[in-house]
Amino acid sequence: MMIFASCIILFLIGLYAIVTKRNLIKIAIGFAFIEYAINLLFALIGFKRDAIAPIITSLDAPHNFVDPIPQALVLTAIVIALGTTALMLTVILRIYNRFKTFDIAEIKKLKG
Amino acid sequence: MSFIPLFFALPLVSAFFIPILGKIYRPLVWIVSTVVSFILFILALYGTAVTQEIPMIVYKMGNWPPPLGIVMAFDSFSALMVLVISIIVFSGSLFSLRYMSHYTGQWKFYTLYMLITAGMMGVSITGDLFNMFVFLEIAAISSYALVAFGVDAEELEASFKYMVMGEIGGLTFLLTIALIYAKTSTLNLADISNSLQMIRGSTFFWTILGMLLFAFSIKAALVPFHSWLPDAHPAAPAPISSLLSGIFIKVLGLYTTARIVFNVFGLSRATDPLFFNILVGLGLLSIAFAGLTALNQGDYKRLLGFSSVSQIGYIMLGLGIGNYYGVAGALFFILAHALGKGLLFLTSGSVVHATGTRDLKKLAGLGERMSTTAWSFRFGALSLIGIPPLVGFFAKFFIIIGAAQAGFLWIAIVAILLSILTLAYLLKIENSVFMKKGKIEAKAAPFTMRIAMVFLVVLIVVIGIGFQPVMDFIVGPAAHALLKGLEYSHLVFSSFTMNF
Repeated sequence: MMIFASCIILFLIGLYAIVTKRNLIKIAIGFAFIEYAINLLFALIGFKRDAIAPIITSLDAPHNFVDPIPQALVLTAIVIALGTTALMLTVILRIYNRFKTFDIAEIKKLKG
Repeated sequence: MSFIPLFFALPLVSAFFIPILGKIYRPLVWIVSTVVSFILFILALYGTAVTQEIPMIVYKMGNWPPPLGIVMAFDSFSALMVLVISIIVFSGSLFSLRYMSHYTGQWKFYTLYMLITAGMMGVSITGDLFNMFVFLEIAAISSYALVAFGVDAEELEASFKYMVMGEIGGLTFLLTIALIYAKTSTLNLADISNSLQMIRGSTFFWTILGMLLFAFSIKAALVPFHSWLPDAHPAAPAPISSLLSGIFIKVLGLYTTARIVFNVFGLSRATDPLFFNILVGLGLLSIAFAGLTALNQGDYKRLLGFSSVSQIGYIMLGLGIGNYYGVAGALFFILAHALGKGLLFLTSGSVVHATGTRDLKKLAGLGERMSTTAWSFRFGALSLIGIPPLVGFFAKFFIIIGAAQAGFLWIAIVAILLSILTLAYLLKIENSVFMKKGKIEAKAAPFTMRIAMVFLVVLIVVIGIGFQPVMDFIVGPAAHALLKGLEYSHLVFSSFTMNF
């Protein structure tokens, strides 16, 4: 149970970075934290002690294997995270070219 | 060969081919996007016709049976959403031809346009929780890129703000999926709903429901989480604003909420009045707060953005009322608001295209020079305010009947009174842009733009006058599909793919 709680703590660290940091890059890093936390949680959900990889060659072999679905989900989630992170960093770079700063407090063209 | 996968496969495939075709012959990108969206419209009509006979069509991806593989579950509610998406995508695509002509890299625009369509279509027909997340992210990532499409300072800032909020919502959804999988060992919506009934009422049950509601409220821009919408929607090019405000927030925020609350968690007003009162509260808060803020805006599109937040509140209110007329009214409102707000954003695009500004103080006297745009605006605005016989009137009317039937007479009265806010802020645009006398250089909108606007005006009038068949054949069955509640899982498991 402790190990699951640690994932949630990692999630909250990321959320803390997003909410409080003023540097755009640090906000992007906060998102990376959250993504890792969720991927780790998925991997832990599928984990079993002393289990084998879920490749079944014969039905006589012992059937103590890890759950393969969370691993497939993690792969998909990683790809999506890659897409969002890449887009976010691109936008951050473009913002830097326009405003010459990473400080979120100085990027205030929009009102309200 | 089933027609269900075509809804997301067709736009995905065309998104792949558009860059290649654009290299061969540039106008081809627009032709492909318009033709594909028109085919989707026809398919959606066909799907609506099919769901009259068969309540649930299940398509098994790779022919794996439901609890194991990914299924697409197409029922009347999905049919309604798919129909509305295709209407808005088609009119937006028509409008884009001339509006996007002064942007560079048009093939990028149409590729993203098709991807966002594929994502929304996928969300509304999938029967699998993780698959829903994937489609939701496809749509969301394309929308972040489309908001930043102009790469001006404001657009980039709006896109970043939107991305941060949207990703917090999306990742919360992913975390909830992990928790649900840990508890139920399944991702199929129907199977989840069976498993959740065993732990109904436990802390876990309410925690994940709260997390999902949080995630979808961000996507739908309900009031405590709405701050990104009035920045992001105006920053996008006009056809995209029309798509985002018209249907995107509803598919990603409200369709998902309704599906999960009614069909997966199996809640109903009879069993869980407290939860539904929370939805009603969220709805009323959005209507009042965003409506009042909209009164203060001096920017054409930003005002419409706040108006969207306010109108989303009506849909949440209808879902929260939770009886047949409330839910049917909410679904009718999805259709009405998509047509009305989609149209209003297209008129804003037409004004920006002609004059280059969207500041209400600088605009004046366009009523005579751009008469098609002005009249389209008037029809859209009257429909949103709720003037009979336009479509918006019936949507609001059913919600109010539902409220009265459920014994919330005060909600019915408040909802009517708050319509005055809609009237007030839309009159502000009408007054300063179209009525006020002034000299500003403007030519009438190009032909395809006018076609796109007139198409929506015709739909607003026709669906308004013929609301009875629409209610009987499209919206009514969708509301019944939602109110069937847990029978959803039974339908998914017992349906089999036929030759559709």
